[in-house]
Amino acid sequence: MDEIGQGFLKAVEFITSLDPEVMEIVGRSLRISVTSTLLATLICIPISSLIHFHRFPGKRFLISLIQTFFSIPTVAVGLFVFTLFSRAGPLGGTNLLFTPTVMVIGQMILIIPILLGLTISALSGVDKTIVDTARSLGASGFQTAIAVLREARYAVLAAIIMGFGRAISEVGLAIMVGGNIRGFTRVITTAISLETSKGDLELSIALGIILILIALVINLALNRIQHR
Amino acid sequence: MKNKVFRSLAIVIALTSLITGMAGCKTSTAAPLPLQERLRVATTTSLYDTGLWGYLKPMFEEKYGAKLDVMYAGTGIALEYGRRGDVNIITIHSKSREDQFVAEGYGVERVPFAYNYFLIVGPESDPAGIKGMIPEDAFKKLMEIGSFISRGDDSGTHSKEKAIWEKADFDYRTVQKAGEWYIETGRGMGPTLLMASEKQAYTLSDIGTFLSYKGKIELTTIVDKGDILLNVYSAIAINPERHPKANIEMASNLIDFLTSPEIQKLIGGYGVEEYGRQLFIPCAGAEPK
Repeated sequence: MDEIGQGFLKAVEFITSLDPEVMEIVGRSLRISVTSTLLATLICIPISSLIHFHRFPGKRFLISLIQTFFSIPTVAVGLFVFTLFSRAGPLGGTNLLFTPTVMVIGQMILIIPILLGLTISALSGVDKTIVDTARSLGASGFQTAIAVLREARYAVLAAIIMGFGRAISEVGLAIMVGGNIRGFTRVITTAISLETSKGDLELSIALGIILILIALVINLALNRIQHR
Repeated sequence: MKNKVFRSLAIVIALTSLITGMAGCKTSTAAPLPLQERLRVATTTSLYDTGLWGYLKPMFEEKYGAKLDVMYAGTGIALEYGRRGDVNIITIHSKSREDQFVAEGYGVERVPFAYNYFLIVGPESDPAGIKGMIPEDAFKKLMEIGSFISRGDDSGTHSKEKAIWEKADFDYRTVQKAGEWYIETGRGMGPTLLMASEKQAYTLSDIGTFLSYKGKIELTTIVDKGDILLNVYSAIAINPERHPKANIEMASNLIDFLTSPEIQKLIGGYGVEEYGRQLFIPCAGAEPK
């Protein structure tokens, strides 16, 4: 019990004193996950609109397939990305394994299904009359899509935040393709894993608290936007 | 065709993320340097858990103006990274597998740079009564009455453990199935020691990691004598003939660095003040007797 108490006190100290190592790890985590989420968003919004606004055979199946990948194990994505980017793999020549870049790519693969799936359901939740109104006012397909997206913006934002939450909190992928290199690819979750295995709980607890705080701040912000 | 699509996609993604990634970063440590200036070493967990790499890394970086990426991996994983060409150099401790690695053409040369000894550690009360035995006899006794935590991760320590079981006339597969008393953690030396301490069981550990964890665990040295316990650390640069981007020049620099008289002296003195005992005995380039 004592250990936890002391760990907690030390953790608070780490945070309040803006410990350089803690700040660096947190900064890297945020940078990598924000990047992957933004890029995934850029890819997913057009694609989910395409899927939503078109009728084609197998559409339902495609959507269930996307939903299946919501809960794809992070280690499975890690293994896939590792074999892809390992020097013996098809993309080995890119020299990207064990870099932050490949972590971004891995996180994108991980969260794209979530963003796609949730954006599609966000779009389906929009009142059909919006489409009819837009069309009757002479809007093109693209303009209609924009109108619907605007209407669904809060739900889309929630989807993006879900994706970000999954990206920043996963550890399996980050360790496998990032390699947990200190000062280069070590992020909050991999640092927690390593420090705990070293028996240094203070740093782990501090980072754990920060991770929870990040989630809290983001969700509060989302809440505010949604209730405006 | 498919490959091409993949590749161009990956490049686009990579570029975008590099740009966005760098845009928000001010600290110099986080900025990805051009890759040729990074040297990647996969190291056995004991050289990391003892803090030796953390101690040597800045010295090497300053001397050669390169970035050293130290990756925490057991010998088995380190060898696999090496085989795939994902690292430039490995520092590990399992002689027979190192020789094989070099013979197969993956590594340039095996260069021993330090050694120490393995220990069988366990609870103070020594419930199996193996204190003072030679390792082989101790293992025989553990087979009858004992509880043992194994690395189980194909690491150098795990290889050594298997070698002791075999020298004690057990087939390792029967040991693995011998019962609930035999636990494989599949993790590094540090976590395995922590688990052995939690469960008050025996385990095989290198002396360095054991000493650096001493304040955190309730285990004591039970067996520390026996030729089989010798533990030699070597560095092997990845063969550039197999992997053209192996950055052999910087890897050779690292080997020169590790075997230089100045660094050998620092390795020999590392941890003495903190643990009251030598963790590593330097042996620049030569096999210890």
